[in-house]
Amino acid sequence: MNYFESIGSYAIMIREVFKKPTKWKIMKTLILKEIDELMFGSLGIIIFISFFIGGVVAIQTALNLTNPLLPGYLIGFATRQSIILEFAPTFCSIIMAGKVGSYITSSIGTMRVTEQIDALEVMGINALNYLVFPKIVALMLYPFIIAIGMYIGVFGGWLATVSGGHGTSADFIEGIQLDFIPFHVTYAFIKTLVFAFILATIPSYHGFYMKGGALEVGKASTTSFVWTSVAIIFLNLILTQLFLG
Amino acid sequence: MIHVEDIRKSFGETEVLKGVTATFETGKTNLVIGQSGSGKTVFLKCLLGLFTPEEGSISYDGKVYDDLSADDKRNLRQEMGMVFQGSALFDSMTVEGNVKFPLEMFTKQSPSEMQDRVDFVLKRVNLIDAHHKFPSEISGGMQKRVAIARAIVMNPKYLFCDEPNSGLDPKTAILIDNLIKEITEEYDITTVINTHDMNSVMEIGEKILFLKNGLKEWEGTNKEIFKTDNEAVTDFVYSSELFKKVRQMYIEERN
Ligand SMILES: Nc1ncnc2c1ncn2[C@@H]1O[C@H](COP(=O)(O)OP(=O)(O)O)[C@@H](O)[C@H]1O
Ligand SMILES: [Mg+2]
Repeated sequence: MNYFESIGSYAIMIREVFKKPTKWKIMKTLILKEIDELMFGSLGIIIFISFFIGGVVAIQTALNLTNPLLPGYLIGFATRQSIILEFAPTFCSIIMAGKVGSYITSSIGTMRVTEQIDALEVMGINALNYLVFPKIVALMLYPFIIAIGMYIGVFGGWLATVSGGHGTSADFIEGIQLDFIPFHVTYAFIKTLVFAFILATIPSYHGFYMKGGALEVGKASTTSFVWTSVAIIFLNLILTQLFLG
Repeated sequence: MIHVEDIRKSFGETEVLKGVTATFETGKTNLVIGQSGSGKTVFLKCLLGLFTPEEGSISYDGKVYDDLSADDKRNLRQEMGMVFQGSALFDSMTVEGNVKFPLEMFTKQSPSEMQDRVDFVLKRVNLIDAHHKFPSEISGGMQKRVAIARAIVMNPKYLFCDEPNSGLDPKTAILIDNLIKEITEEYDITTVINTHDMNSVMEIGEKILFLKNGLKEWEGTNKEIFKTDNEAVTDFVYSSELFKKVRQMYIEERN
């Protein structure tokens, strides 16, 4: 299948997801299960990554600011900007493409190869709505996870700066408050929401339409990770140009 | 009764079903047999409405599928039960959850009514103490029983089974075959079973359709299948040494 066909069938899939909804009583439990699995299950890794990336960004900035005339608050300022604008939304989403994405592809793919999806369809259930819709809804909470990531990232930067002797706490805090533009946060969350949709749907697509057996499930997970990352990186450029350019 | 009229189904260039006509009777176990790759699964998925044949028509007790409205099609779906080749149990749900699933999805029964029905069908397939186990925790034979329970929980008029005893030991296989036959007779279901197992043919082959390369090569009963001169059928039937010897004995006896 060529790329254009794939994009076409992806679009058709998205339309199907919102058709013929599953009974709400059942959908509710599915959504809660996905929130637990996809969101709470990812909290740990997001906190871990944000903390250390925040620390590294602060140290790198400090090491590059060798000119004593430059103000000390620059470390805090640069850390805040990089974390909020790029590291939390984009970098974490690439990690999530690996974690959440391959989980989604392999779980849906396994259902495909073991005919569980056929079993749903035989009963007259819209399998795409049943499987993908709760994942999309769960991922709409992704901005909250990223907000936590932003906070932890800046905290990691502060801790690295102060404990590494790269600057004072007061300078860092002055830096993170300096020239604060609320729209940057809005922009970051818009990005995050778009990435959330990508994270839920591209891996679902690769799982749902796969053919073959267990080996192909593994391959589909890899392919899905590549395309999810590509889509995130590409959309990141578009959205940045659109909102900040 | 299900009547299939000259259905054709292709995937891209390859024509899998090349015009098959057949009638499956109610209250009987109808078998579709043939070698792997002969199109049995595709045929069954056409009966289920998972695949749409490019040509031909299928009617269920006189109702032609293509002429039904979307609502009627949905209702018809709920009168069908399917046992998949690998059981296709939902592995995130317990045995009980699997069987209860269609009830929760499609009925307005109260929790206790559902529980009663689930207990009843699980007992009917001789599973009494597996309610809270997950599919990965039970044997293949038990998984098949759960799949059968899930397929009949909504009281279907039509039951389809894709190689229901593949992967089972011969003894369990016969038990599963007979269970399907009993249920078919008890609830007067139109049952269609795919198989390439000669044991099933002998045990429950009340009506047999032999598929070869996407065409109906032969049809008859399990009594007739041993007497036919159709070469493709005898090749299939006597593919095992044991059966070849049995046939030899039969011919000697006749002469
Ligand atoms: N979804 C599909 N897409 C393309 N080809 C298929 C599909 N399903 C089955 N086929 C082809 O149809 C033929 C018959 O398959 P199948 O009905 O599974 O055989 P059987 O069940 O008798 O072993 C095979 O050659 C198979 O490759
Ligand atoms: Mg098959």
